[in-house]
Amino acid sequence: MRHLIDPMDLSVEEIDGLLKLANEIIAHPEKYSEVCHGKKLATLFFEPSTRTRLSFEAAMMELGGNVLGFSSADSSSATKGESVHDTVQVVGCYADIIAMRHPKEGAPLLASLKSPVPIINAGDGGHYHPTQTLTDLLTIQREKGKLGNLTIGFCGDLMFGRTVHSLIKALSRYDNIRYILISPPELRIPDYIRVEILEKKNIPYMEVESMEQVISELDILYMTRVQRERFFNEADYVRLKDTYILDTDKLKSAKSDLSILHPLPRVNEISTKVDDDPRACYFRQALNGKYVRMALIMTMLGLIPG
Amino acid sequence: MNIDSIYNGIVLDHITAGKSMQIYQDLSLDKLDCSVAIIKNVKSRKRGRKDIIKIDQEYSVNLDVLGYIDPEITVSIIKDGKTIEKKKVELPEQLVNILKCKNPRCITTTEQGIDHIFRLADPATRTYRCIYCEEDRKIK
Repeated sequence: MRHLIDPMDLSVEEIDGLLKLANEIIAHPEKYSEVCHGKKLATLFFEPSTRTRLSFEAAMMELGGNVLGFSSADSSSATKGESVHDTVQVVGCYADIIAMRHPKEGAPLLASLKSPVPIINAGDGGHYHPTQTLTDLLTIQREKGKLGNLTIGFCGDLMFGRTVHSLIKALSRYDNIRYILISPPELRIPDYIRVEILEKKNIPYMEVESMEQVISELDILYMTRVQRERFFNEADYVRLKDTYILDTDKLKSAKSDLSILHPLPRVNEISTKVDDDPRACYFRQALNGKYVRMALIMTMLGLIPG
Repeated sequence: MNIDSIYNGIVLDHITAGKSMQIYQDLSLDKLDCSVAIIKNVKSRKRGRKDIIKIDQEYSVNLDVLGYIDPEITVSIIKDGKTIEKKKVELPEQLVNILKCKNPRCITTTEQGIDHIFRLADPATRTYRCIYCEEDRKIK
């Protein structure tokens, strides 16, 4: 049985296949409206979410399937002390596939060791978020027409930004990607990405603190939120939360075909005035998330038509 | 100083001087009811000084624990007074329930009754990573 825990669980060919299928769904959604009839997706969200949970649920509904689950640990038996182990074994009796988000890193991997049905990691703490990565890859492919030969700037919280870790890891297998990592020193990428991915694969990257210094070089700017929920110390969060704010002034020196991505939710890091700029892709990105999750659910359930 | 030879048992040789007590504790040798000899600071041509442990009964030694503590150790299995097998330990590929993850965000800090597993990430720097959260741990 296949699970999706780490973005590297999918080969480049499998990712290409998922993106192709997502594009096919976008072009002909009616062909897929009953593919998952009679199947159930359980969304086990031990941590709050809007986009990821709702896009998983919308994806399953548009495939003709059903959805069950919970949207916070407070409304599950986790409050009674039930383990992740036990929860997935029970839910596996009721559902055909599980999407799990958990604040603790490694929880979906642990779940996959016991689950009788496929587990999809829908975000584990500050670790990985592989379905956001598929969303980001689909968005880059649709906006840029390619997944290689790009200079990508990641900006904000690169320490706890699980979407950043997952996307850097996934893109490390494509040709000629250059990373510019923009963050305060306290929020630089963790060693398991810097050492294990960038340095081991000799991928060019630079770490800077100023967005203005590098924005003109970027083909893609991937903005992230400084996440209050990842800090043990509120004072650190307050000090760092508004380090980067992308506004129309800063965009003046950016390329005319820059693509601005953000996994959302946004707080202050992108001015709402940027939303009207055609370079802002983040709402299209959110929509892409539903289609790529449709492709993933179908694939993991072995239900691809034809 | 003379220590009797053993007839059936195990000899852990070439232990880095000073590490024998840690091995004694981590292998829980205090729970054996046979004779166990810890010989410290023995002169060694190769290494100057070394420690040796002799266990005077058949014993299934956890080579992963030994490899993690000191990959220089050799293990000799003695039967009927003769060495029937000699093993060199290596830095193990995986450590199960030997290390605990220190990352407060790791699932192992809250989930009870699970194996704590680390995989070898870089033998040159003796770096292991927790399989759940990938937090690294360098072994001294």
